[in-house]
Amino acid sequence: MFVINCPYCGERDQQEFKAGGEAHIERPKQPTELSDDEWAEYLFMRKNIKGVQFERWNHAHGCRKWFNMVRDTSNDEIKLIYKMGERPPSE
Amino acid sequence: MSANLRVKSSEFIDETVRISFKFNGKTYYGFKGDTLASALLANDIHLVGRSFKYHRPRGIMTAGSEEPNAIVQVNDKTNRTEPNVRATEVEIYEGLEASSQNCWPSVNFDIGGINNAISAFLPAGFYYKTFMWPASFWEKYEYFIRHSAGLGKSPTEKDPDIYDHRNIHCDVLVVGAGISGILAAKNAAKNNFKTLLVDEKNELGGATIYQNREFNKIDNQSSSDWIKKEIQELSNIKNLEIKTRTSVAAYHGYNYLLARENLTDHLEKKDKQDKIRQRLLKIRAKKVILATGALERPLIFNNNDRPGIMLSSAVKKYADFYGVVSGKKNIFFTNNDSAYESALCLHNKGIQVEAIIDIREKSDSNIVKAVKKAGITIHWSHTIVDTKGYKKLNSISVMKLSNDGLSVIGNKINISCDCLGVAGGWTPAVHLFTQSGGKLTFDENDKVFLPNKYPSDQLCVGSCNGDFKIKEIINNLSINLKKFLNIEKTDFDNLSVDSEKENSKRNIWLLPSNKPIGKTKPFVDYQNDATAKDIKLALREGFRSIEHVKRYTTTGMGTDQGKLGNMHALGIIADTAGVKMGDLGTTTFRPPYTPLTFGTIVGRNVGEYFDTFRRTPMNDWHIENKAEFENVGQWKRAWYYPINGETMHESVQRESIAARESVGILDASTLGKIDIQGSDASEFLNRVYTNAWSKLGIGKCRYGLMLNEDGMVYDDGVTTRLGENHYLMTTTTGGAANVLGKLEDYLQTEWPELDVYLTSVTDHYATASICGPNSKKILNKIIPDLDLSEENFPHMSFKNAQIENIKCRIMRISFTGEHSYEINVQANFGKAIWEKCMEAGKEFNITPYGTETMHLLRAEKGFIIVGQDTDGTMTPIDLQMDWIVSKKKYDFIGKRSLYRSDTMKEERKQLVGLLTDDPSIVLEEGAQIVSELNQSPVNMLGHVTSSYYSPNLKKSIALAVVRNGKNMMGKKLFIPMEDKTINVTVANPVFFDSKNKRINA
Repeated sequence: MFVINCPYCGERDQQEFKAGGEAHIERPKQPTELSDDEWAEYLFMRKNIKGVQFERWNHAHGCRKWFNMVRDTSNDEIKLIYKMGERPPSE
Repeated sequence: MSANLRVKSSEFIDETVRISFKFNGKTYYGFKGDTLASALLANDIHLVGRSFKYHRPRGIMTAGSEEPNAIVQVNDKTNRTEPNVRATEVEIYEGLEASSQNCWPSVNFDIGGINNAISAFLPAGFYYKTFMWPASFWEKYEYFIRHSAGLGKSPTEKDPDIYDHRNIHCDVLVVGAGISGILAAKNAAKNNFKTLLVDEKNELGGATIYQNREFNKIDNQSSSDWIKKEIQELSNIKNLEIKTRTSVAAYHGYNYLLARENLTDHLEKKDKQDKIRQRLLKIRAKKVILATGALERPLIFNNNDRPGIMLSSAVKKYADFYGVVSGKKNIFFTNNDSAYESALCLHNKGIQVEAIIDIREKSDSNIVKAVKKAGITIHWSHTIVDTKGYKKLNSISVMKLSNDGLSVIGNKINISCDCLGVAGGWTPAVHLFTQSGGKLTFDENDKVFLPNKYPSDQLCVGSCNGDFKIKEIINNLSINLKKFLNIEKTDFDNLSVDSEKENSKRNIWLLPSNKPIGKTKPFVDYQNDATAKDIKLALREGFRSIEHVKRYTTTGMGTDQGKLGNMHALGIIADTAGVKMGDLGTTTFRPPYTPLTFGTIVGRNVGEYFDTFRRTPMNDWHIENKAEFENVGQWKRAWYYPINGETMHESVQRESIAARESVGILDASTLGKIDIQGSDASEFLNRVYTNAWSKLGIGKCRYGLMLNEDGMVYDDGVTTRLGENHYLMTTTTGGAANVLGKLEDYLQTEWPELDVYLTSVTDHYATASICGPNSKKILNKIIPDLDLSEENFPHMSFKNAQIENIKCRIMRISFTGEHSYEINVQANFGKAIWEKCMEAGKEFNITPYGTETMHLLRAEKGFIIVGQDTDGTMTPIDLQMDWIVSKKKYDFIGKRSLYRSDTMKEERKQLVGLLTDDPSIVLEEGAQIVSELNQSPVNMLGHVTSSYYSPNLKKSIALAVVRNGKNMMGKKLFIPMEDKTINVTVANPVFFDSKNKRINA
């Protein structure tokens, strides 16, 4: 059970949050222009890394805000939390 | 039998308070302070249970929570009975009843004991090997396997006790209140850390408190006297909370720990009543100090499991702490100096120690010298090759070890005895450390796994960190604690400590015998009867991973999780396979450390508190009118309203006819409602629904279908435009929370530029839906000044209105195909408006109907229910709802996926209607549909999703998803059931009023 530092509310128990999968996958602006393969890439393909991963989290039982998290999936260490729309750190 | 084996009064036992208890139906006496184990030993009872597989007689082996053998059923045949309780942990109380497990008819004469005689036919993996063939016999085998599986009996009555949960936040949590735990907690608290100290025992002080070692001096006092003073001082320290009888079960990431605090198990029945029995502590600690100590290891030799064979440290604890002698003629068997302390302790109490068998060649430590001086015989370089005594040990056979320790030489010596103390060295209790994600390293010198890499802010101290001497413990604790807490000094920095010097050790994981291994029974896991022979067999059969060997042989899989024997199992695997123990690693330590009751885990969340549920404002009315309820998500919804002893079928048929012929009323308050405002609200709806929303006029309603990005139907509902920039969206009852979450996700992450605000208003409004040809008359009666003409208030439109002082929003929408109105009022007025409708509808025999009738009525019209007729694999095209998918819109959620090659396939499953050839047969929902009966394998075309008997059509109707169903109109298909085959015909899913004439009737 992590302690997650919500960028809007501060440190809270993991119970209050919902994980939302990989971060920084932008919905294509013009989906109709894409081939089946390109659309499938957006729709289905997600990384599942043992190590540092960029994730989306939602403070579902709190402020309901979405934010980004950099987490090491091998030991659950949360390396960084930043707001939606902010650029990911380059490692 | 009732021999008194007390030595002399112990300060931990109150001999003035005599306590009676029953064991296997017979009454015995013990004293206040006794555990069940110590009281049984005092009554000369060693035989406590039978082992799992071979039903071998087993006795008390340890004096702590690691006990594998002495597990009992307490208070059998009462509502407080509990199986698999360790006799070594049960504090006795007046009226306690305990009994042996896994034996029939009695522990002294157990039929299952025959398994011991035929044990040659019960090797490792016996079940896997034996019950494989012939396959058709499995059902017969299963009966016997189920019968012989499991230890003890689970309670059958309702648990009378209360359990509780508590959240605790602290700066420092110290687990274990032995010498290192006490010092750590004291110094943390003194340095202003909010500290919690927990220990599984009822007394603080760990082993130090009763170990009166003459070679251990702290501050020039005996270590036990010194620790007592330390414990007394604890009560004056602020910031320190102490919890005894509290066992940490789990250590999760981020220093989140679960502990069980035992509050009433040691009390008499009358004192247990109405009190909290156990409390689950959910502890979030900034820092954790593990002072969990070490467990003594047994030695693995032939027939090492007889009652009377105990850990050397347990023999000592029973004598020192409980004042109980475990035997009259004692022998110790050891590979290190620990057994000498136990021998000396017994000797000093005047109890006979026959001999010490030591596998080492020699040792000249002070304690060995003292034992020699006491005149106790020591057999150096010897090992035990066999033991005798079926229900109680009566002799051992000893032989000289060869130099390499792999075989025995010389003549066999038999020595008679009734108690054997075994000392195989110490295993640090690193269970919690590894549960937290900590990594271990193998110490070749001490042959132990030690904490190496910490995954969180924590520290292991004392013997769980590999420090076994008091001097070592205190010195290292002082250094490590200062660093860990970032403090300058501790109050024991300059303490003078004397303890024994190096304890030499000779480690042999499996001791040899004069018999071949196939003829011996050297038990590694006592509870599950796994022997060294089984482990070697597993390796011969090709198992290499320790996790596989564990599961194949069941080593370490009992209720004790192999606390005693796991190290030996690893050692034997490493020796046999020729790998280093450090490379082999360990099996995974999993929570809980000791078993937890279900009661503790669920706490107060039992009965009606098991899950939260939601009720509508009209709920009381439904109850008064004898509604039956169904659970929809968390909601309790009125299902049907039986009158005069009707069955469900009869109620639903009556309600369905009433709603079509006169008027029915439904509580629709549970539908999800989302208030949408903002200048981009219309654009937002365009993007989330498949159809177009920009041209929806104010005051109009529209049905919308919402997809997932993969093109599959996600939710549906009617949305009303209340104002220029204001909409009210309804969702399915079960989908409300998910829909809101999904919409918020898109707004926050994909379309932050949109000016849209969402608010869940599900609970804010109550909704009564009146439906049927007379609904208009009722509305006219309760709101006479509202113009209900088709011109002013057509289908799919909305009006604000007022009924007396109650403001309401009235939508003319229909889920049944009838002329109907949904009246939405602020939730507080829900029941009032419902009752008004009932009153006004009396002359039309207004009939309340529940969810079942609602489902039937909509099925007659072929309207889908998302989640019943869809399952996350249905596109709108599959549902034959092409009309709702806008071709003009550039984009909406899921649009692109509708043009993927897979979603465009003709042979996808499509929603169709089914009519049975015999109109009286109602299909089963979920029934499979085929076109050919004699195919192998049979080609499954799809399944029935909704099925009812329609009283309005006087025939059975069903909706189904069928592969390529769109092109099968009129085709005959089959539904094979267990006892018959039902013939059906594919039909239009709109069974009733296909021209939609009734909606404006």
